[in-house]
Amino acid sequence: MNASTHAVSDRLYRNRRIKNAIALGLSGLATLFGLFWLVWILWTTLRTGLAAMKPSLFTQMTPPPGSDGGLANALFGSAIMSVGAILIGTPIGVAAGTYLAEYARKHPIGEVIRFVNDILLSAPSIVLGLFVYTLVVRTSGHFSGYAGALSLALIVLPVVVRTTDEMLQLVPSTMREAALSLGVPQWKVTMQVLYRSALPGIVTGVLLALARISGETAPLLFTALNNQYWTHDLSQPMASVPVVIFQYAMSPYDSWHALAWAGAFVVTLFVLLLSLLSRAILLRNKASHD
Amino acid sequence: MTDAHFAVAASAAPAAAAASATGARPKMAARNLDFYYNGFHALKSVNFEIAEKRVTALIGPSGCGKSTLLRVFNRIYSIYPKLEAKGEVLLDGDNILDPRFPLNRLRSKVGMVFQKPVPFPMSIYDNIAYGIRHYEKLPKSAMDVRVEQALTQGALWGEVKDKLKQSALGLSGGQQQRLCIARAIALRPEVILLDEPTSALDPIATGKIEQLISELKNDFTIAIVTHNMQQAARCSDYTAFMYLGELVEFGETETLFTKPTKTQTEDYITGRFG
Repeated sequence: MNASTHAVSDRLYRNRRIKNAIALGLSGLATLFGLFWLVWILWTTLRTGLAAMKPSLFTQMTPPPGSDGGLANALFGSAIMSVGAILIGTPIGVAAGTYLAEYARKHPIGEVIRFVNDILLSAPSIVLGLFVYTLVVRTSGHFSGYAGALSLALIVLPVVVRTTDEMLQLVPSTMREAALSLGVPQWKVTMQVLYRSALPGIVTGVLLALARISGETAPLLFTALNNQYWTHDLSQPMASVPVVIFQYAMSPYDSWHALAWAGAFVVTLFVLLLSLLSRAILLRNKASHD
Repeated sequence: MTDAHFAVAASAAPAAAAASATGARPKMAARNLDFYYNGFHALKSVNFEIAEKRVTALIGPSGCGKSTLLRVFNRIYSIYPKLEAKGEVLLDGDNILDPRFPLNRLRSKVGMVFQKPVPFPMSIYDNIAYGIRHYEKLPKSAMDVRVEQALTQGALWGEVKDKLKQSALGLSGGQQQRLCIARAIALRPEVILLDEPTSALDPIATGKIEQLISELKNDFTIAIVTHNMQQAARCSDYTAFMYLGELVEFGETETLFTKPTKTQTEDYITGRFG
């Protein structure tokens, strides 16, 4: 009796071990499959991009085919339009997210706005580019850095709304109660206590939004277009790294290819650093709360 | 003796005499108070008083409405939608449920400490100074004095005086709760509401808070909700027993625990349910 139950449980145990090995093997393979392409992409970008890196990249303008040059104007254009987009998108996004989390949390209007914001969050960026094209470029009659910054801001906005909303909702309601029970009005509680608590999360959201727009090409094609020369005039067409990568990678010239690789390398590195930074902020915040 | 010790659920009329019968002036009082959570009748015509400069405890099984009742006294419930209080709650004779009663003045007079300690994400010093700054513009030296006073009254000064600039999140749970009490007293309120202030703490931290409560009643009027009957017996002057949204029995703590008039009270304090 005892021996036979043993035999049964042994067989059961062996079966479970086999199933476990199969499941573990399959999920391991799936992970490898996904990582394989990622590593390949990163490796190629790193190898080819690094080879194309040289100091002139940061000092010279995008060249005509056949001559030497750099990406200075494109890097500057990307930087200024991204910063512009963050400056436009963050305050509006934080304010809207605050409204959703603090004033319309379970309100039907809040739910509708949240839903629409989620649609905007996943809207194809080319649609946002065309929207700004119609709104700004067509009416002003020319491409401009402003239009580029605005189209990027439209990508930043829903990301910041969403993170602000979520991070404020994560602040325990007891924190609100404790602050409000001191007789401090709600707006002050939000500004002085809740923001402080949600700040690392909101900053992370803004950094991730910055990471996202620094690689966006489609919205800039229709708004900032491109510029062969250095300009810091936002009312003029502006170069940006992704658009230059797009243009140069499609060209038949080897020197342009090299610059495109270098640009891709710089953008990838930048996004990687931003991700690391946002992760570090979240981890540090978690450590101080535990 | 029976005057100070009667069942309100049965008759509302003698409620006014509850605490005053023992010589203490009622600082706050609920009169025929009904409370609804999204339509659910959570408090049923409750009459209750908080005697001035005494400790009044609210006991009862989970869901009996004791926290709900406490949360009406500074209208903190009103930050959530679909909650409704009907009846009267008096603070020195003024009805605080009247929408014309200024909410922030009410909360400056009636402070509250919650079950879980919630230090604000700022320094120990700023945690105390935060509320004061909202009401008074003080020079730095005067603020330092106020912060020290509050932390001393909160029995925390000795432990934190060398690290006032450090984050309050680094304090232990018991220290955080005393910080929250100090933060409430820093505003010099008249009433302090304590909502299960020790349920998240270990016995030693609990002991310190209970000792603190007995010291604070010299200066403040205190109401405490607790699920711990021994705690109510140890540190309160009056105790109310609530059950299913009704205030079953209310009187002097000693009488309520030794000679309860209602069988429900007796069953609860002897551990037959709850």
